[in-house]
Amino acid sequence: MSRHTLSVLVENKPGVLARVASLFSRRGFNIDSLAVGPTEHEDISRMTIVVNVEDLPLEQVTKQLNKLVNVLKIVELDPAQSVQRELTLIKVRADAENRSSVLELVNLFRARCVDVASDAVTIEVTGTPDKLEAFIKVLEPFGIKELVQSGMVAIGRGARSITDRSLRALDRTA
Amino acid sequence: MTEQMTGAQALVRALEHVGVDTVFGIPGGAILPAYDPLYDSTKVRHVLVRHEQGAGHAAQGYAQATGRVGVCMATSGPGATNLVTPIADAYMDSVPLVAITGQVASAAIGTDAFQEADISGITMPITKHNFLVTNPADIPRTIVEAFHIASTGRPGPVLVDIAKDALQATTTFQWPVTMQLPGYRPVTRPHSKQIREAAKLIAEAKRPVLYVGGGVHRAGASALLLEFAELTGIPVVTTLMARGTFPDSHPQHMGMPGMHGSVSAVGALQKSDLIIGLGVRFDDRVTGDLSSFAPYAKVVHADIDPAEISKNRHADVPIVGDCKEVLADLIAAVRAEDRKGDYADWWTLLNGYRATYPLGYEQFEDGSLAPQYVMERLGAIVGPDALYTAGVGQHQMWAAQFIGYEKPGTFINSGGAGTMGFAVPAAMGAKMGRPESTVWAIDGDGCFQMTNQELATCAIEGVPIKVAVINNGNLGMVRQWQTLFYNERYSNTDLQTVRRIPDFVKLAEAYGCVGLRCERPEDVDATIKKAMEINDVPVVIDFVVHQDAMVWPMVAAGTSNDDIKFARDMAPVWDNEE
Repeated sequence: MSRHTLSVLVENKPGVLARVASLFSRRGFNIDSLAVGPTEHEDISRMTIVVNVEDLPLEQVTKQLNKLVNVLKIVELDPAQSVQRELTLIKVRADAENRSSVLELVNLFRARCVDVASDAVTIEVTGTPDKLEAFIKVLEPFGIKELVQSGMVAIGRGARSITDRSLRALDRTA
Repeated sequence: MTEQMTGAQALVRALEHVGVDTVFGIPGGAILPAYDPLYDSTKVRHVLVRHEQGAGHAAQGYAQATGRVGVCMATSGPGATNLVTPIADAYMDSVPLVAITGQVASAAIGTDAFQEADISGITMPITKHNFLVTNPADIPRTIVEAFHIASTGRPGPVLVDIAKDALQATTTFQWPVTMQLPGYRPVTRPHSKQIREAAKLIAEAKRPVLYVGGGVHRAGASALLLEFAELTGIPVVTTLMARGTFPDSHPQHMGMPGMHGSVSAVGALQKSDLIIGLGVRFDDRVTGDLSSFAPYAKVVHADIDPAEISKNRHADVPIVGDCKEVLADLIAAVRAEDRKGDYADWWTLLNGYRATYPLGYEQFEDGSLAPQYVMERLGAIVGPDALYTAGVGQHQMWAAQFIGYEKPGTFINSGGAGTMGFAVPAAMGAKMGRPESTVWAIDGDGCFQMTNQELATCAIEGVPIKVAVINNGNLGMVRQWQTLFYNERYSNTDLQTVRRIPDFVKLAEAYGCVGLRCERPEDVDATIKKAMEINDVPVVIDFVVHQDAMVWPMVAAGTSNDDIKFARDMAPVWDNEE
């Protein structure tokens, strides 16, 4: 098994997320992470889906996704040729005694402290899954009270855009 | 053209504009507004069925008999959920179907309102696409899009769920409309490089076989298939969904492959060195155990659905395209390739299979009726111009094996989904689509009891179908498995119809049809002929057959095609000269 990052451009219509999610579950594929949001074009949403599959099932799921009428385009992003980021919010135990140690780690990881209470701080950190994992590990001794993580978002490096051609397809039908 | 009207009127107008002439359905609360303008339509005939499942299968039968989109209509909630089985069936067999359902008013959606069901959510995995319409202005465009999606590319079912308030509200009807389907681009033109590669493999092959599926008929490519087969001299097998796409009587036809295929057809696939799959999906009922399926074969796989290529079996030459265009291009490419394959030894082997292991069956010494004999006589007396429908089970397999099909689309059955109760409503729809054709529903006594209420529709609407109930008193195919794999423990397969509960002759009469019964081989011809003479009302024949008749040959589920048995414990001797 290997991890693959799929960028899926879809029409911004109700129910599209359900169609994509239902297709994955029906065909027996697990989604490691999924993020969905708007793009620079109001009619297009973009999903970033991370799946852990062999090459052959990946081809099958990509073909099945392509058959969904609301799916405009699917691109697999090579980690070496793309920027991949997740966002994590972590509420960690920190009182007057050890707060400075926690804040030192926040600076080392170029994270940000977004909320402070008398016995806890909330930290915002973005990065690759590897970096986030490392950060969480060093915070663990302090006591992680709560953690929430976004799905991964990713974009190809360089000047090319994967939305260009899909936009033209949209314009043709408008 | 613009005009003010209600959403319901816009719906009916749009259906008229896309050329719908027949809709099968049942009204109810949420769809009621649509039934009012439908009442006035002179172009659209609505057929009031007795159960929504019947409406769905009738629309499938209509679609398969005419090649056009079948249309069914139901109300929200249970009306819509009763369409789920036919929609799933159409999805599996790639039948162009548009299902129109009423939905509760948009403000009530999500509140568990009376007769509310999330039918677009329910049918998401069994439709090619579906729509929930809450704005009346969207109705005409949605209908056009639904028909376009259902009928192009790989055909399939599309559901259009319309909220009641959208049907009631006033809107501006505009025609024509522009579709907005930027993500829908079916590929129909095959890639020329792949076609040349296929032609090269065909010339080099020693044991090629054409594995022909339903996609060839859906593409209207049976004439091109005949031309291609005769040009190359390659043997042909036709799947359950392709029976009749290549004439059974043709010397190159090896029969139907699969779990109940002929030894010659199964052998042709297993021993081949090149499979040319056209409009097929390497279904488990054809391949048997995948790892031992056609072990020596390279595969050329042409299908309009890219997701079918290499899904089950790796394709050495993948061809995405409409089978009509694929075959036309293959014919040109084979002509351009100056070498011609030499298949003489291959034919010697296959002709040996065909001569040694023809399809056969057992006659019963007690004088009772063999179901296969009924099929043979039906095929002989009724002939290849008629349409035959079947549900699922033993009767379906015998109908596939013994009737004999010469023309494409003359055998309409529930292949992929295996839906009991398909035959009668499908026959009704087929007959309405092609009233000039004789239509026979071949049904089992189990299947028949699931949907025979549509006989009332047939009788009242003047649809004189003929039904051959192959009555062995049991859920025959399940019983066959119990005989073979469950130590003859017949758990819940005995329907006891031999006790005449119900009496199918009386049942037919109760529905305003003619009921006939046939229990002995010597009466078969006369009974069929009598049924053929009745053309004003539907006819039901209760063929009481022996309950121990079994479908052979058989490849037991999950086993290798190499282990096919042509009768119980009787395996063919393969010529393993390699």
